[in-house]
Amino acid sequence: MLENIRLSFQGIFSHKIRSFLTMLGIIIGIAAIIAIVSTIEGTNEQIKNNLIGSGNNTVKITLSNGDYEADFTWETVPDNIRVISEESKKRIEDIKEVDSCTLYRTRSNPDNLFYLNRKIDSAVIYGIDEDYFDTLGYDIAEGINFTDRHYKNFAKVAIIDSTLERGIFEGENPIGKQIDISGEPFTIIGVAAKRSGFEPVINSVDDYYTYNQTSSGLIFIPTVDWGICFRYDEPQNCIARAVDTDSMTNAGKKTADILNENILTPEKDTEGVSSALEYKSESLLEQAKALQDLSSSTNSMLIWIASISLLVGGIGVMNIMLVSVTERTREIGLKKALGARKKRILAQFLTEAAVLTSIGGIIGVVSGIGLSKVIANIAEVPVAISTPAIAVSVVFSMVVGIVFGLIPSIKAANLNPIDALRYE
Amino acid sequence: MVFELKNIYKDYLQGKEAVPVLKNISLAVEDGEYVAIMGPSGSGKSTLMNIIGCLDKQTKGSFVFDGADIMSCSDKQLSSIRNDKIGFVFQNFNLLPRQTALDNVELPLLYAGVSKRQRREKAKEALRRVGLEDRMNFKPTQLSGGQKQRVAIARAIVNKPKLLLADEPTGALDTRSGEQVMELFKELNDDGVTVVMITHEPEIARCAKRVMYIRDGELHSGEFAAGSRANAVAKEETAPAAEKVQEEAAVTKDIPAEEKPRTGPKTMTDIHRDLDDILNRKLPELKFSDGSDIERKGDKI
Ligand SMILES: Nc1ncnc2c1ncn2[C@@H]1O[C@H](COP(=O)(O)OP(=O)(O)O)[C@@H](O)[C@H]1O
Ligand SMILES: [Mg+2]
Repeated sequence: MLENIRLSFQGIFSHKIRSFLTMLGIIIGIAAIIAIVSTIEGTNEQIKNNLIGSGNNTVKITLSNGDYEADFTWETVPDNIRVISEESKKRIEDIKEVDSCTLYRTRSNPDNLFYLNRKIDSAVIYGIDEDYFDTLGYDIAEGINFTDRHYKNFAKVAIIDSTLERGIFEGENPIGKQIDISGEPFTIIGVAAKRSGFEPVINSVDDYYTYNQTSSGLIFIPTVDWGICFRYDEPQNCIARAVDTDSMTNAGKKTADILNENILTPEKDTEGVSSALEYKSESLLEQAKALQDLSSSTNSMLIWIASISLLVGGIGVMNIMLVSVTERTREIGLKKALGARKKRILAQFLTEAAVLTSIGGIIGVVSGIGLSKVIANIAEVPVAISTPAIAVSVVFSMVVGIVFGLIPSIKAANLNPIDALRYE
Repeated sequence: MVFELKNIYKDYLQGKEAVPVLKNISLAVEDGEYVAIMGPSGSGKSTLMNIIGCLDKQTKGSFVFDGADIMSCSDKQLSSIRNDKIGFVFQNFNLLPRQTALDNVELPLLYAGVSKRQRREKAKEALRRVGLEDRMNFKPTQLSGGQKQRVAIARAIVNKPKLLLADEPTGALDTRSGEQVMELFKELNDDGVTVVMITHEPEIARCAKRVMYIRDGELHSGEFAAGSRANAVAKEETAPAAEKVQEEAAVTKDIPAEEKPRTGPKTMTDIHRDLDDILNRKLPELKFSDGSDIERKGDKI
């Protein structure tokens, strides 16, 4: 075998130009596939990062009505949902996939937010517990965090995020300023900012639009104050931070199970149909997958087109191998006369074809990586070089060599030694 | 007994018609023999050699090589017989051009599954045997014709075969190299290697202990009486003119005999015609002088 590989290299290098031209089809095919796969992978990585946030593997577990998140702006508060106890929260934190968790209530775009008698549009307000900032990766950039005293005393204090700071206070220091929530004055004691390394708060595809594009910012108040501004018995939602991205789904499911223990017998409405209120974890991983599949499916068409180039390359290999067999008729005849078996001749030519296309594949991979880098620079599309794709490409090009080298090799192996020796 | 051919026929298909090339050939070769098979071009010498070399199968008749009935052997068995028991020497050397002499000689050992180290060792020994120990790493293009043929002989004997089978081994060589090759064959035969050599040059055939003639696909044993015309022919061209004959042969062998005057030194064509005459007249009991005779006359062959 090693002998065959050595002979193959010898043969390939003694016809450098011919070998290169033979490989060209394979090189182009593999390079195209590597470039396409890198682009797909790059896009997928970007989708995943945008949706989930690298280093911020948080899962939102919200009370949902069917497929929709329950929104208590208009809906009545259901009476069968218990306040989530400290003990339940402990159990959630003890789930092995969960790093930390926080309970909160929220309202999007309430119409009862004012600053200096000016309505604050499209802000999101959160009533949060002590773990919220830590779980979601916020730091207090200015001022101070909520303290135990604030929670105990139902202190009317608020923390805003940097977006709201920019939007409302326009360069003024917001600390100490008052905003009105439902007519109650809240003193701003701090500004929260996402820790560096944490992506912007995009917890769902919906957030992506509502927050990133239209929101003017976030306001946080201690959860104990929720009843002052809204209704005190509104059910809580939960955000759990998983230990890693791949544990997100499990962390979400297990957390939802614990939270659902707080829902008593399902509420029946007038028609006797139970309104399906339950805690559901939002599987961002799945959402990301769905988006990735969408982008991949368009690109995988391209892979098929690139494969045609491989097919053409394979036919080129077959053609050259046939020429090579004819050229080397005498050599084959001699080898058979000296006692080489069919199998050996077959193996020699198959190895040669496989080595030829494998070299082509390796050159193709290298060119493909180069091509991806060029695409990344010119088209500003993210690319990610995928190691499995490289391995598969090289193996695949070897298979192309074996498949298309088969007919010429069989032809060589079946040459009659006399005809071969007689051949001029 | 190395091999025995019994009533061998070989036909080639020319279109739909079967053209007989070998007709009713019987030949038995014992261990240690040195047989030359002579005959004009196209008489079927190579065809016979291919059959003896287990490269081809006869159309009819029985061929037993070293106890094996070749007709019923599989492709695999034939490969291993060729590898193990037969050493081939061809007119045009048939060396792999890109491999060194050593690599070329190793080839049969490779097919026999000998380990790398042993291959090296045995190949070196074989090259030493043919006097090329200082050319082991030369490629065929860097060797003279005679050296190439000696590499080919080293390759043929490296597996210690029962039979050394040579098809016109001196056909592409100058006289001097041809002599060296014949010298080597004689030494190998003295060492016990059975040699079957095909040639159309009488002075080469004379190195053998037994000479057979093939003409139009029929084999005749060369038992000629002394003092006959054939002997005269032989004497004439084994005399000082021998080298000249070879040189002329190279020039004239493609020109039809009829166009040449039958004067001056004998050419190959003349010799063939003479041989043909002898065979056609079926002169009984003609005898070539044997090798020792020639040497006593001071001939260099
Ligand atoms: N493969 C073949 N097909 C048809 N005819 C062949 C084939 N091989 C040899 N012959 C014929 O057989 C005859 C003997 O050929 P060959 O044995 O090569 O002669 P030699 O070696 O004595 O010159 C020639 O007439 C040649 O044309
Ligand atoms: Mg011939």
